[in-house]
Amino acid sequence: MNGFPILSLMLLVPMIGAVACLVAGERLSRQIALGATLLDFGLGVLLWLNFDSGAGHAQWQFVERVPLFAGFSWALGIDGIALMLIVLTVFLMPICIGASWVSVEKRLGEYYAAFLFMETLMIGVFSAQDLYLFYIMFEAGLIPMYLIIGIWGGADRIYASYKFFLYTLLGSVLMLIAMLWMVHDAGTTDIPTLMAYNFSPAAQTWLFLAFFASFAVKMPMWPVHTWLPDAHVQAPTAGSVILAGVLLKMGGYGFIRFSLPMFPEASAQFAWLIFALSMIAVVVTSLIALVQHDMKKLIAYSSVAHMAIVTIGLFAFNVQGLEGSMIVMLSHGLVAGALFLCVGIIYDRLHTREIARYGGLAINMPKYALFFMLFTMASIGLPGTSGFVGEFLSLGGIYQVSSWVALVCTTGIILGAGYMLYLYRRVVFGVQKHEDAAAMSDLTLRELAMVIPLGLAVLWMGVYPESFLAPMRADIAALDARVARAKPVGDAKVTAGKPIADAKMSEHEGGAH
Amino acid sequence: MGAPMMDWAQSLRLIAPEELLSVAGLVLLLVSAWAGDKASRAISIGAVAVLVAAMAFVAPALCAGAAGPETTAFGGQFRADAFASFAKLLIYGSAAVALVIAPAFFDKFRAMRAEFPVLVLFAALGTGMMVSAGDFLTLYIGLEMNSLASYVLAAFLRADDRSAEAGLKYFVLGALASGILLFGVSLTYGFTGSTAFEGVRLAMAGGLNTGMVFGIVFVLAGIAFKISAVPFHMWTPDVYEGSPTPVTLFFATAPKVGAMAMLMRVALDAFGAQAAAWQQIVIFAAIASIVIGALGAIGQRNIKRLLAYSSINNVGFILIGLAVATPEGAAAMLTYLAIYVVMTVASFVVVLELQDAEGNQVEDLADLAGLSRNRPLLAGAMATVMFSLAGIPPLFGFWGKFVVFQAAVAAGFIPLAAIGIAASVIGAFYYLKVVKVMYFDEPAGKVGTHSEIAHTVLLVATGLVLSPLGYLLTKWLGVLSGNAAAALFHGA
Repeated sequence: MNGFPILSLMLLVPMIGAVACLVAGERLSRQIALGATLLDFGLGVLLWLNFDSGAGHAQWQFVERVPLFAGFSWALGIDGIALMLIVLTVFLMPICIGASWVSVEKRLGEYYAAFLFMETLMIGVFSAQDLYLFYIMFEAGLIPMYLIIGIWGGADRIYASYKFFLYTLLGSVLMLIAMLWMVHDAGTTDIPTLMAYNFSPAAQTWLFLAFFASFAVKMPMWPVHTWLPDAHVQAPTAGSVILAGVLLKMGGYGFIRFSLPMFPEASAQFAWLIFALSMIAVVVTSLIALVQHDMKKLIAYSSVAHMAIVTIGLFAFNVQGLEGSMIVMLSHGLVAGALFLCVGIIYDRLHTREIARYGGLAINMPKYALFFMLFTMASIGLPGTSGFVGEFLSLGGIYQVSSWVALVCTTGIILGAGYMLYLYRRVVFGVQKHEDAAAMSDLTLRELAMVIPLGLAVLWMGVYPESFLAPMRADIAALDARVARAKPVGDAKVTAGKPIADAKMSEHEGGAH
Repeated sequence: MGAPMMDWAQSLRLIAPEELLSVAGLVLLLVSAWAGDKASRAISIGAVAVLVAAMAFVAPALCAGAAGPETTAFGGQFRADAFASFAKLLIYGSAAVALVIAPAFFDKFRAMRAEFPVLVLFAALGTGMMVSAGDFLTLYIGLEMNSLASYVLAAFLRADDRSAEAGLKYFVLGALASGILLFGVSLTYGFTGSTAFEGVRLAMAGGLNTGMVFGIVFVLAGIAFKISAVPFHMWTPDVYEGSPTPVTLFFATAPKVGAMAMLMRVALDAFGAQAAAWQQIVIFAAIASIVIGALGAIGQRNIKRLLAYSSINNVGFILIGLAVATPEGAAAMLTYLAIYVVMTVASFVVVLELQDAEGNQVEDLADLAGLSRNRPLLAGAMATVMFSLAGIPPLFGFWGKFVVFQAAVAAGFIPLAAIGIAASVIGAFYYLKVVKVMYFDEPAGKVGTHSEIAHTVLLVATGLVLSPLGYLLTKWLGVLSGNAAAALFHGA
């Protein structure tokens, strides 16, 4: 893979596909989109296989750098964190195309082109090594998503698309001013260099707040999360999948790539704010989710709660918290995506998201019930599924810092079990109250082809998370070392336990003396 | 001063583009007097050729970064430096575009007259003199030459009430602005003892008195009218709406660039020694233009009025570059102006393309509903322009805002940058509205399928510049605008 510009190629493939979709129009665009996303998935797998995560590997791999522009350059490169998020993106994209296969009926060429542009920009966000290139990719994603929600969305799509666009734009423009200042101060736009650059603590405060404005909206954190339920509910199924699966992760990626390593002191200074907002988010949005009548809205609120677990893990300033946050993000990408897909599957049949209109689906849709059950359990965080690993690590990480925060946030798991099981009971169990719901057919081959890979990935991550943690381990350790100097004092009196084997060994050694 | 003869030869060589334009303008005027309106197309082609030739004359000075005494003609009255060249390229280029698109429009009203290209030529000549002025009197002559031609152009559709109204409004307010400017010039002259920029600069470097401050304020207020900065912007929507669309395109580009460049020269050169005296005014005008331009656009139903407010909004962003009073700020302004001209040309060409089945112009925003289904390419071009004007990357309009804010942050104007960029979100709202109407609404079916080949060519060209491919121009644009800005600060 030496010198082969695989990242540029991964950006180019969906780009070319998008243009081809626009030209092909109604007839061939589905096939082109599926081909392009599968090809990109193949490249993603290749990327993962060739990523060197052995001891002493380079932190930044597949680096490309071409000084194409004034003031910034076409600089790409990934570390383990970016790698995992890129793999998540390319994994979800073919599923999104599959989810739209029959449900999207109008303006197919433009629809698939928008999705493919979106894919280019998402991969670009995770692979950019230049600050401004990152900003351009980060911000440009607004345009296709605005169109996806606005053209192919539900009844209230226009309000939702405006809200999505303006909320996120307002957050990001302040980040741009902060970036301009940083580059002026540090004299470089190179992200790895900036990650090691020490800004003065006074400046960090402002820079952190500016970046926070952007990432908190994107994440989204309470109380700026209100765009999310609207956007999710109105977006077409595939739009919701990509929104929950990848776009929200940009906020978390932003924190882990920019806020923490570039402004460690300010991160510590504002950790209380993050904790407070996250605690409120976990409890409040979980309670809101409990009373929803709309399935998509319920899952949207549960996303906010899960993202709050991500933020507390990130600001725990320890390896466990950081690793946990990354796994929660990956897991949530799969699980929330899968849940939106499950909603989409029955929405395609009955054209309603009203929970009360369903019931007893286990009788006529047993396969569906099985997969829905798996994803529900993963969302709750049942051991053996991906959700458990992430939440356990994250909460374990925060417990070392503040047992109170850990206590409040852990209620999220209980509440999560509450709203998810309640949802599952109302939709899948019980009596078949409505004839039309009872007459729905079970999963088709196309739908199985979408949920089976998701289900396998969820189980894989739950049973053997090491596959996903291994590429990120060195990067997270480096980040932990970077922020160690600002680490807040925890309230937990952690004492290193004595493993039995070690204890015996030392006794033995002691005896030898 | 060297030998007088030498000086004359040098001076006449430096004003070659102006000589070309004036001689060609007079010749074409004679042709039009003899051949009449039949020859209007041929005269248009001739005028475009002359403008392109003039561009070829000014380009070398820009590329070479010409600056300093060897670029001043007639004892400092006229400057043919890289800065003037940059502005002139934009001015002549947009005048040529206005001429290219005009015949198809006026033919529909049977109003294509031979005088039109000649008037545009003279307006371009006057605008070019404004940006080359090294003395307030040269500046005023250029300004009036441009204005007189422009008043006639605004009222060019004699039979149309709105056009006549636009011409009259433009004339009355333009005359008022000229009066204010002249008043300011006379105060400045009275308190500094000079009308030459260099003399004013030297006098002000020695200290500022109340009279000079009044002079600065009135001169800037007069120019603010011309660039339609808030609070002197009221005429813009009416004139933009009423004027024939090719003329609106011309107004929104050439005189705007000219007035903005003139403002830069006056503020940074003549008043450059006392930047603190005018920075607050410019900061206020910038923020007010951004906010009022954005808020005013929200309620507009007519697309040309909307674009007028959009231009007010954009002027605000350009003024941020002036407020910082650094060479980087000036270079950023020029970069922004260049991109702004491309965006404006594209947007008005789209407006020209909007015709119903009978060939009547469609200007109502509601009639654009569902344009993306009838005319996908046209809607795509308009959406590109709208997102670009809103400054959303990866479209090239972002780069203009980027360099301006970069200059502001580098000079330490961080609150100004933060307020300005936050206010840009308000502007995004109405740009989004246009996209929403074209893409989300059900088709209204008003817009026909007729399309001019010249429009298509222009839209493809501007679309390519505004697309992410435009970023490949950034290095080149950076060097040229840097050259131009360096020339402006040469004497400082």
